[in-house]
Amino acid sequence: MSAPILRAQGVAVHFGGVKALDGVDLSVDRGELRCLIGPNGAGKTTFFRCLTGVLKPTLGTIVFRDESIGGWERHEIARAGIGIKTQVPSLFDGLSVEENLWLSLRKVAEERRRQELILEVLDRIGIADLRKLILGRMAHGQRQLVELAMVVASSPELVLLDEPAAGMTDAEVERLARVILDLNSNHTVVVVEHDMQFIRMIANIVTVFHQGRVLVEDHVESILHDDRVRAVYLGKKNVE
Amino acid sequence: MNRPLMLVQIGLAMAVGLATMVLFPLVAPLYGVINATLYTSMAIFALSLALLWGFAGILCFGQSAFFGLGAYAYAIAAINFGDTTIACAFAILVPVLFAAALGYFLFYGRLSDVYLGVITLTVTLILFKLINSTGGDSWRIGKARIGGFNGIPDTPPLRVPFGGEILSPTQLFVFAIICLVVVYTFCKWLALTRFGRAIAAVRENEVRAELLGYNAKRLKLAIFCISAGLAGLAGLLFANTVFVSPTIFGLSMAAQVLIWVIVGGLGTFVGPVVASIVLQMVAVYFGKLGWIDPNIVLGALLIAFVVFVPSGLLPTATRIAGILKNRAGSRGRAGQALPGEVGERQVS
Amino acid sequence: MVLLQIASAIGNLALVCAGLAVIFGMMRVINLAHGEFIMLGGFAAVLSVHAGVNIWLAMLVVAPLTVAAVGLIVERLIMRRLYGRMVDTMLATWGVSLLLIGLTTTLFGNRVVGIAAPLGSFRIGGYSIGAYELVITLISIAIFVGGYLLLRWTPLGLVARATMQNREMAASLGIEPSRVYAVTFGIGAALSGLAGGLLAPLSGVVPTMGVAYVAKAFITVITGGASIIVGTATSSLLLGSISTLTTFLTTPVVGDVALLVSATIFLRLMPTGITGRIFRGAP
Repeated sequence: MSAPILRAQGVAVHFGGVKALDGVDLSVDRGELRCLIGPNGAGKTTFFRCLTGVLKPTLGTIVFRDESIGGWERHEIARAGIGIKTQVPSLFDGLSVEENLWLSLRKVAEERRRQELILEVLDRIGIADLRKLILGRMAHGQRQLVELAMVVASSPELVLLDEPAAGMTDAEVERLARVILDLNSNHTVVVVEHDMQFIRMIANIVTVFHQGRVLVEDHVESILHDDRVRAVYLGKKNVE
Repeated sequence: MNRPLMLVQIGLAMAVGLATMVLFPLVAPLYGVINATLYTSMAIFALSLALLWGFAGILCFGQSAFFGLGAYAYAIAAINFGDTTIACAFAILVPVLFAAALGYFLFYGRLSDVYLGVITLTVTLILFKLINSTGGDSWRIGKARIGGFNGIPDTPPLRVPFGGEILSPTQLFVFAIICLVVVYTFCKWLALTRFGRAIAAVRENEVRAELLGYNAKRLKLAIFCISAGLAGLAGLLFANTVFVSPTIFGLSMAAQVLIWVIVGGLGTFVGPVVASIVLQMVAVYFGKLGWIDPNIVLGALLIAFVVFVPSGLLPTATRIAGILKNRAGSRGRAGQALPGEVGERQVS
Repeated sequence: MVLLQIASAIGNLALVCAGLAVIFGMMRVINLAHGEFIMLGGFAAVLSVHAGVNIWLAMLVVAPLTVAAVGLIVERLIMRRLYGRMVDTMLATWGVSLLLIGLTTTLFGNRVVGIAAPLGSFRIGGYSIGAYELVITLISIAIFVGGYLLLRWTPLGLVARATMQNREMAASLGIEPSRVYAVTFGIGAALSGLAGGLLAPLSGVVPTMGVAYVAKAFITVITGGASIIVGTATSSLLLGSISTLTTFLTTPVVGDVALLVSATIFLRLMPTGITGRIFRGAP
């Protein structure tokens, strides 16, 4: 259980003179549910972009399972088993919910099995009644759920969730927490989130990013009482 | 996508095709039949771009490059081998291979769609120049003289496979209509396959498609090659009705096909076919008038459609019909899709 | 001598690109009517010379002003409705291109008209080169140096660079984007007209001449990358040399092909153009 599924070492991304990431060391164990927090601009989303191949790190190595995925193409990383729900829902806006999900089931060869899985996943997320709607015309919170459903359906070994609760109603957030815990029962999950309320519902170990580095990594309750973390957030956001 | 609806559409297309190929030669004079063959080849050309631009969302300004290569490949191969069946294979393979080489640079270079348009246009214009400069005896491929701006007037006509009879104009027309119906059916079918759906995904959101594990570059390259092959087929039929000359690589050829697709409607297959036939008739009409340059008509049409009806006639008509129906029945739930609204493409 | 020829070819190429570079660099609009703007400049120069206007006045004043006027009309009637829709602007300018070809063919017929190049030629050793061609090269150097200084050191240049960098931001600073766009389109058109006027004595003028320029100009500007002046100058230098040398060794057609092929390979190696890699941040 404790073998790391993801190991990042000294990952840095420089845009011209700006260091968006400045040497991140992070290790996530198989089966873990890890939360990443930190003020805006701390580098969480940039780090996710490196993990999915959208950005190429300037320095450092990223090892997923036993392979270094540093220079890989986006689709190769996806096929290796990393799936992401991006911050701003990124979906196929001209297609229906069903069609979006169909596309995320690339690995499933048999057509009937795909149809079954679509219904199963939509039921689990609780949006089965929306399945004929076109994505481009849906509310933000609903779009978040659809993207989550797509990640669940594609069932990657490592699930990355970038601010999944943003723009959701309280009821939706609760449902989301249940879905994530359920997902974690057989997948490794890494979540970037701002909402501390939400983090307390799901998290165990929390990693705090600050200025492109890992500031501290500890249990969620210790993090909440850590002076450095408070200092980082001071004036920006109430920690509790 | 709705499978029964598609079957109805294909059935309809077959019926219309069958009726046309049986009845039209009975009522039309010979030159009418030859002209109709030309129009049919252009309709296939329009379909090739409808697939690439309308369905896959890849805007290629130089589709005429593949069309022209198909026509030239047919002519040169037919002169060299004597047998037209091998020449037909060349007419499709040469554009496909050319598209594969060009597409590798375009897609694997991650050039944005706008640059892609400019480069494909440039390529076809360069081909135009190259072929134009091949006058004289020294420019030949095997037995075939390329002939510079004079073209290849002695292109052998299509024969029944393996050394059979030469096709009569009417038989050629029937063959062209069969090709059109087959290509249309192929496009509709392709849109429903896994490959077709993956193409739609890449069109809608390339990064997302890649993050789901789809190899967007390879998919785009594949559809680019398929479309080039269809354009080559159109070129083959063209070479059998009008003789082959460099103007098929020219600017107005490249512009025409674009206009047919945008007028017919992006994302539809029937639209561009109908638009190509109607607009060719219109062009001939203006050509007969003589006092107005066809470029004026083409240019004005293109501007008018881009500014006022950017989604094309068929989707716009469908949308208006949808609104009227909705108003009459007001059955549509709030937030329910109206057909043909922005962001949605139906393949009809 | 060969060097002079190459310099002249580079000058020509840069001149042909200038108008396009301005419109593309500032507005991200791909103006496919660029070649026809050049053609109109040529016609304006030739017709006014035939009407008795001084040739320098015709080339340097009448041609750019005429085309600027046409450009402003096109911007007002068509482009303004389409900003932000890159593919649509491209299609619409192609429509404009066809329309202009059709109109000029109807008005002037499909034949080449021309004027004699002024200044004659001079000899170095056994070769001769037109003095006029050198003048063109000097003018195009002047345009690029002038443009660089304008963008780098004047308030107008600052506004222009700000708009290029970030449209929304510029708008929020109180710079009216639609005005900037209209002015830019006008200046771009004027430069194309100037190019057309200056090239008319060398190439002659015919309604369909634009096609030959648009492709070359585009590929050069795109290869140049984001910094319109430094980028276009560098890529003109590079591609101009390549195509002239190839032309010397083979034929002009192969020279054109060499230009395209090398540009395509450059773009494959550096998808963001030369200035996306080197000279970042220069105007």
